[in-house]
Amino acid sequence: MGDIAVVEEALKRISSHKGILGVIIVNGDGIPIRSTFENSVTVQYAGLVSHLTYKARSAVKQLNHGEPEDELQFLRIRSKKHEILIAPDFDKAHEYQLVIVQNPSTD
Amino acid sequence: MPGFLKTLMKRKDKPPREGAPIPKQHTDMPSPLPSSKKQPGDDFDLPVKEVVKPDNQLQLPDKLLDEEVAKMLTANNPSAPKNMVRFSTKERVFKVEPMVEQLMVHYATDGWLLHKGSEEAKRQTDCDRAADEAAAKFQAEMDRGRRDRRDDGAGLGTDTDGPDDSRQLRNQFNFSERAAQTLNYPMCDRATTTEPPPTATMSGECSQWGIYDAYLLDQERQKLQEEVTKKGAAAKKSTTAGDNDPCEPARDTSKDDRGSTLHSAHMSRAAKVLERMENQNSYNDISMDFKYWDDASDAFRPDEGTLLPLWKFYPEQAKRKHVTSLCWNPEYFDMFAVGYGSFDFLKQSGGLACCYSLKNPSYPEYIFTTDSGVMCLDFHPQHPNLLAVGCYDGTVRVFDVRTKTNKPMYASTAVTGKHTDPVWQIFWQEADLQKQLQFYSVASDGRVTLWTLSKSELTHQDMMELKLLDPSEPDGDESTLASLASCCSFDFNKAQDHLFVVGTEEGQIHKCSTAFNSEYLQTYEGHAMAVYAVKWNQLHMKTFLSASADWTVKLWDSSLAKPIMTFDLSNSVGDVAWAPYSATVFAAITDDGKVHVFDLTQNKHEPMCEQKVVQKAKLTRIAFNPKHPVLLVGDDRGCVTCLKLSPNLRRSSKPDGKQTMQEAENAKLDHVLDIARKGTISPAEEAK
Repeated sequence: MGDIAVVEEALKRISSHKGILGVIIVNGDGIPIRSTFENSVTVQYAGLVSHLTYKARSAVKQLNHGEPEDELQFLRIRSKKHEILIAPDFDKAHEYQLVIVQNPSTD
Repeated sequence: MPGFLKTLMKRKDKPPREGAPIPKQHTDMPSPLPSSKKQPGDDFDLPVKEVVKPDNQLQLPDKLLDEEVAKMLTANNPSAPKNMVRFSTKERVFKVEPMVEQLMVHYATDGWLLHKGSEEAKRQTDCDRAADEAAAKFQAEMDRGRRDRRDDGAGLGTDTDGPDDSRQLRNQFNFSERAAQTLNYPMCDRATTTEPPPTATMSGECSQWGIYDAYLLDQERQKLQEEVTKKGAAAKKSTTAGDNDPCEPARDTSKDDRGSTLHSAHMSRAAKVLERMENQNSYNDISMDFKYWDDASDAFRPDEGTLLPLWKFYPEQAKRKHVTSLCWNPEYFDMFAVGYGSFDFLKQSGGLACCYSLKNPSYPEYIFTTDSGVMCLDFHPQHPNLLAVGCYDGTVRVFDVRTKTNKPMYASTAVTGKHTDPVWQIFWQEADLQKQLQFYSVASDGRVTLWTLSKSELTHQDMMELKLLDPSEPDGDESTLASLASCCSFDFNKAQDHLFVVGTEEGQIHKCSTAFNSEYLQTYEGHAMAVYAVKWNQLHMKTFLSASADWTVKLWDSSLAKPIMTFDLSNSVGDVAWAPYSATVFAAITDDGKVHVFDLTQNKHEPMCEQKVVQKAKLTRIAFNPKHPVLLVGDDRGCVTCLKLSPNLRRSSKPDGKQTMQEAENAKLDHVLDIARKGTISPAEEAK
């Protein structure tokens, strides 16, 4: 129960920060279960980001540096205008990706 | 006839005689020749009768055609000569031949029969016999060969040839072979084009790690299944009701898990990290300043320094509250705790203790609320998760910041000897012999109390009761001694942990020891108003600073009753703090919102930096970061500001081969103290 409040509060706080364009949570099947974007944008982000994350994870695992248990933790994509922050979790029981889109240059 | 036939036999292979005339009309008639020589295709053609008239045939009128011409067959040859003479050599005269040949051959054909007695027949029978013998011999050889083969190959090639009827006698004259073969239809392909079934492209990839992960997962699943079946078997044994499927609860929990994906602990961690990342982006310039910015003008003004405001920490919950205490975490240098309460006796409300990280200036990491205003807090130096909090109502609490719950691990109550007045300062001690954690607290009720965290409760022990010394009656009257001094601040000496100084509301400072709890070791007179802060130097163990509401900060040598140096800041001084990196640098804050930073080696009278950092607010607390060149100041509006010290304000001695940094710093301070001690050097004299 405590987690519910903590997560909800954190998400609310994050989305209220300056420069945050939106927050999306995508579940393991690539379906957005929480979003502050409108539907079409959400679907686009969810589809693209889950593929990208999978690829990134694949790369990390393949590189693996002699540690087979290595795992992708976070992914930040910085573009000229936006930064996409992705925090994935690949645990089978609760697979999700937390995606935040930010405009870092708001002054 | 039979007799006649017996003397005849069939002729073979005799071509028709040359001279035999063949009637023209019958050219199309089947030839009497053996059928083998005929075209096979002609077998089915019925003979077509056709009257062929030669072109030069005489065209006769019907009358002539109808005329009957009688023809008689006589024995006399009309064309035979009647007066044939022949020379007779015997008589030497020509003689009439009376016998004339009357025979005339109109048609002749070779017969197909031979007389058995004739030479020709004999030859033919010989030939036939030879042929029969040869055939029989060949047949015998064939049979023998076939028999051998059959013996060898155990009846593999059992081709049963039908009886050879090639030699069967046929009616060669009237025989037409009609094949019973039917028409063979030619093979033909027949194809139709259908609409193609819908297709979709599926693609996937598999890598080594994917296989490995799947393998591990499968192993886990198998193990789980085994357990489930084991448990299921046990459950079936124990309970007769077979309704409860062992898979049922498992499925339920998995569904719950799916539901709580959004609210799992993992998610909260991810959200926290992302919030920090996002803050890192939004406060990128400040982070860069924190790390890299140095005021370039310091190089030209060696006696001055500046403070660069960095982050501001201003939580919603702390509106209209005063920052009553600040404390850096001893292990995590980016973390600090802020206590919120109120210094105003009339406006007391709930308190708040927040743990902040510099990495997330927008929101505290942990928040603990108390019903009474927080007045002081302290992190345990060895256990950075333990936070001791003293409140306005006199209670002390110990929070474990890791639990994140609002419930303190320990709290003092009226029964367990809480202070009766606001707790002004709280200070962790080294663990005692039983490894129990201890801390001291001082409050306005004049008690210095040692608290021990035993397993189940917080036990207290009053180390000292600060008796009021009335300066007007130095002899000490029993009645005045009975009342207690209300202390505002205290600080333990680092080198001798039994030694501490206490600043009182009356302006006196007492040096005490936990070993002698009845007497002051020394009393320092000098301040006229409440002493808000006393701080031992962190490197030089004999000096301490005091800040007072009488607008002054005084530097004391613990062995002398009079202050060595006095700094007038022309406003009530709320707090003072030594810099951790230098024995001669300290900072003080005043009620007009200014921060004064002194470096005694540079200037003994004027602050290196005097900077107003907040508008329309009183500064209440100050704390140096133990590692980074930043300090925190808190004001009475609930706002904490992080300030970066410019290079001139953070001069520190480098440890060289002869002495450590501490020794060098001590030498520096000793030098300053020596000069100050050489009589009361007035600023005017110094100026000369």
